[in-house]
Amino acid sequence: MGLDFSVLPPYAELLGVGLWWTIVLTVSAGIVSFVMGILFAVTVLYAPAVIAYPVRFFIWLFMGTPLLLQLFLIYYGLVQIGIDLPALVAGIVGLGLHFAVYNGDIIRAGIAAVDPGQTEGARSIGFGRWQALRYVVIPQAVRNTTPAVGNMMIALLKESSLVSVIGIAELVHASQLAISETYRPFEFYIAAAALYYLANLILEAGLNMIEKRVEASR
Amino acid sequence: MRPSGSMVEVRGARKSYGNFEVLKGIDLSVERGQIVAIIGPSGSGKSTLLRSINHLETLNAGEIWLDGVQVNQPLKGRAFERHINGVRQQMGMVFQHFNLFPHMTVRDNITKGPIVLKGMGRDEADALAAQLLAKVGLADKIDSYPSRLSGGQKQRVAIARALAMKPKVMLFDEATSALDPELVDEVNAVMKQLAAEHMTMIIVTHEMRFASEVADRVLFMDGGAVVEEGQPSTLFTAPTHERTRAFLKKYLNA
Repeated sequence: MGLDFSVLPPYAELLGVGLWWTIVLTVSAGIVSFVMGILFAVTVLYAPAVIAYPVRFFIWLFMGTPLLLQLFLIYYGLVQIGIDLPALVAGIVGLGLHFAVYNGDIIRAGIAAVDPGQTEGARSIGFGRWQALRYVVIPQAVRNTTPAVGNMMIALLKESSLVSVIGIAELVHASQLAISETYRPFEFYIAAAALYYLANLILEAGLNMIEKRVEASR
Repeated sequence: MRPSGSMVEVRGARKSYGNFEVLKGIDLSVERGQIVAIIGPSGSGKSTLLRSINHLETLNAGEIWLDGVQVNQPLKGRAFERHINGVRQQMGMVFQHFNLFPHMTVRDNITKGPIVLKGMGRDEADALAAQLLAKVGLADKIDSYPSRLSGGQKQRVAIARALAMKPKVMLFDEATSALDPELVDEVNAVMKQLAAEHMTMIIVTHEMRFASEVADRVLFMDGGAVVEEGQPSTLFTAPTHERTRAFLKKYLNA
């Protein structure tokens, strides 16, 4: 039995919807991971110990455990203590926090690498501690770490396939549905792979545009 | 209590890093509109003194006053933060390495402070930026990013940025030391212009000629103390202390 891609067209809509959910997950979790990443970085660097230490423990926990397990814990585990999250929310929270931890680490290093003279320049004008961070230090740290954070976003797009295990009909999940009806795993997995690749090409093009704009302002 | 009618008043300023005493009890008072140049060898404490006035360094003892308000008030936490942010808005500081914000255009570098801290409107702030840039001779650079500017241009933008807050005093921390020699004059020209407008200025510098041209008073610091001070005509031509003589000899022959 050879490859027969004519099995695909009837399932185009199913795969399309799967790709749509993959994009929704990636964009939502991407935003969560970016914003939370900045928060983690600032907390670890500047918050008082009573806040910084629990956050550092949380970061350590999330870095040291697999994403799959984190998704199970958030979706199935939290129900036991009365937190019943819809699958999509659990997926976004799980992916978002998992990558926030990495983005946080990258941005923390980025903040530390900003010339102390920048803070002095801002403070000498009369900016407060937080204002100096917000207007001067963090924007520079984020710009300097754009390539590394961008790589995390590409990883996030791919890792979003893991949320298929908690029943979100994203691209891998959709492919599996189609396979269960057609028994053609090779064709559908290749189709899914091609769609992931396509999505990543678009994401990379977007990231390149952002990087170019950032470069212009250096 | 306000110690005098001076614009800037430093009283018994002491500062140590570990066992090393950088400032050994400095007194300095600068009158409104006066221009004071501080000279001295590296490590003499002159930069530390200037930075203490802006509270970028914290004194171990002594008082700093700006126009009747104590800069280093014994407040704690947020109360001190509020106080010092307000005081710093009234002081312009110019750094050796410019410290312009590289992610902002020249316009934003200048207008960010007035807009965020003084609630100035966008249009008014833009007009102010244009006016200040014209003053420092960089009207055409308003949309440029700092990376496109020469060192001398950067420093002139930094001066415009400081002036945008309408400071009562301008502090210059070796403003031309990082510049290529041919770019020094354009920055000095701007400082002379400020001097002509009777801006109160404290200038830490290695340039004896400029100090003698622009300053009303020159302080020679060495080893964390003011060794000698006086009018430039006296201090540069007839220094009374041996250390001043040795320092000037080295510099003027260089």
